[in-house]
Amino acid sequence: MTPTSRLDRRLAGTQAENRPALVTYVTAGDPDLDTSLDILKGLPAAGADIIELGMPFTDPMADGPAIQKSSLRALNGGQTQKKTLAMVQQFREQDRETPLVLMGYYNPIYRYGADRFLRDAVEAGVDGLIIVDLPPDHDGAFFQAARDAGIHIIRLVTPTTKGERLKQVLREASGFVYYVSVAGVTGAASPTQESVETTLADIRKHTDLPIGVGFGIRTAEDAAAIGRFSEAVIVGSALVSCVEHAPSPGAARDALHDLTRDLAAGVRRAR
Amino acid sequence: MNPYSMQPDVNGFFGQFGGSFVAETLMPLIQELQTCYAKAQDDPDFQAQLAYFQRDYVGRPSPLYRADRLTEHFGGATIYFKREELNHTGAHKINNCIGQVLLAQRMGKTRIIAETGAGMHGVATAAVAARLGMQCVVYMGKTDMERQQPNVFRMQLLGAEIIPVSSGTGTLKDAMNEALRDWVTNIDDTFYVIGTVAGPHPYPAMVRDFQSVIGRETREQILDQEGRLPDSLVACIGGGSNAMGLFHPFLADDGVQMIGVEAGGHGVESGKHAASLSGGTPGVLHGNRTYLLQDEDGQITDAHSISAGLDYPGIGPEHAWLHEQGRVDYVSITDQEAMEAFQLCCRQEGIIPALETAHALAEVARRAPTLPKDHLMVVNLSGRGDKDMASVAEYLGGSNPSHAAEMAS
Repeated sequence: MTPTSRLDRRLAGTQAENRPALVTYVTAGDPDLDTSLDILKGLPAAGADIIELGMPFTDPMADGPAIQKSSLRALNGGQTQKKTLAMVQQFREQDRETPLVLMGYYNPIYRYGADRFLRDAVEAGVDGLIIVDLPPDHDGAFFQAARDAGIHIIRLVTPTTKGERLKQVLREASGFVYYVSVAGVTGAASPTQESVETTLADIRKHTDLPIGVGFGIRTAEDAAAIGRFSEAVIVGSALVSCVEHAPSPGAARDALHDLTRDLAAGVRRAR
Repeated sequence: MNPYSMQPDVNGFFGQFGGSFVAETLMPLIQELQTCYAKAQDDPDFQAQLAYFQRDYVGRPSPLYRADRLTEHFGGATIYFKREELNHTGAHKINNCIGQVLLAQRMGKTRIIAETGAGMHGVATAAVAARLGMQCVVYMGKTDMERQQPNVFRMQLLGAEIIPVSSGTGTLKDAMNEALRDWVTNIDDTFYVIGTVAGPHPYPAMVRDFQSVIGRETREQILDQEGRLPDSLVACIGGGSNAMGLFHPFLADDGVQMIGVEAGGHGVESGKHAASLSGGTPGVLHGNRTYLLQDEDGQITDAHSISAGLDYPGIGPEHAWLHEQGRVDYVSITDQEAMEAFQLCCRQEGIIPALETAHALAEVARRAPTLPKDHLMVVNLSGRGDKDMASVAEYLGGSNPSHAAEMAS
């Protein structure tokens, strides 16, 4: 991976500003394709430094109710892998600097055809991939192909990833390390600051990559607290809940961007 | 050397199928399970404990029974029933539960979780958890809870907590998602007892091993009764544990034909079915690569079967592999064919089979009449049908059995 990738540049930039990057997760196609594209296009202006775009899946086994419902809203609205990639392409027409990482489960990629998916993702302007149920043990060929294509594979480290396993997971990680701060599903429990800070120190013994912390971060205060000692904070369930609770698609977009602005203020007072 | 006994490889693959496609949080847990299971397999104490429970708690060996009236009715092949429905809790499921819960105890776990479709695996897990003094939580789809009420009550009596799952279609696949979410949240004290030969490695191999007692006994019993191996084996398949248990000890015997029967629902061509091999494509779900019911975008589609236990959009990875190897023939049976075989078995043999099992019996009905009398066919009578009374009554158009029987005749 070249040190000048969009993702590397952005994380170097936020670190130069001595603050954590704000990573915002939204599900592609939620609540509908047009609104979702509006939401996506407005995220950088609202303060998102990196965008994580969820590829909806019928059976999101590692996700809590908020992202489950978000995925179903998108799928019921007719979202497909192709439409998600087309959204990225449209986003890239207006924004060439904000890194965009696709997140999801392996089956829709496998079914699309892994090679074809990587080719189309590069063409659309995708910078990285987080595939929840494709562990390092099984992604050898896919990982190599992604690297060849210039796409970061973001590795997940969890509270159970220790010892040799931690080294194995970090060995070929790139972009940033995604630390899943609690054992559980997305949007459930919140981590304690102390435990996360201690674990991050352990992870840093094995990698120089920036570390993003996700799971259970909901408010500007959470973001400021966790961002004190991490290079990025990742917020997902709280953002997609804005869509769930809004009376209209327009209100959903506005509420989601408002929360993004709050969170952006939070990461700016982290240190 | 039996090439089929060498599977899976160290990474849990049967050919291209299987593996362990789970979230990172679970990877260290399933690796620990792999290690502990391998140790238990080689430990005579564990094997002795397992054998004790199989004999005195489950009631093994289950009989291999020659079904004379059904044989006579079809006028062809000689039909044997492997009577797994006589096991404690009424199905083959407990063979696996005993093994896994004993393993959980060895690993120092105190809380058992399970998913269940028809409720048979849930009941078996609840029973064993009660016996071994473990807390038990069972995830069950809301749709399934409605059509399998008696089993819900049985699980509650056995001290299990039943958690209704309303996400998705409220069936087995959704229950499995919720169980995985529970496991990822409760990593220290919880053991996930998967009920079929699916899920991440080592589950497909481990469940197969615990269920293989069915095939090992059958082999001994048929040699004893007939002096030779059977010509064919027939079993129904949802995830495929009763079939794998019967088939596995015979895989190296070229002369033994094997037929796995998937749930055809309204017919594979109708799109409303649960036949992953006949009507699905390879994909990745619930920790393994296998054949799945999915759309062209890789989204999992709903399975349909009158039988809650077969209502699953996937199949164990070893079956997917045996299918591609051509070692086992996989066919499908519709709701209606299963219902006809269900009634035939009740009247000819005085045995009320589970609706799942009735699918295997329907395939017997299709094949047996065309075969010679010296063809020995063993069908796995995998479960009893007491739980299915409401579904059967509804299907036959009345809650009164005599009325229902009239409607059916």
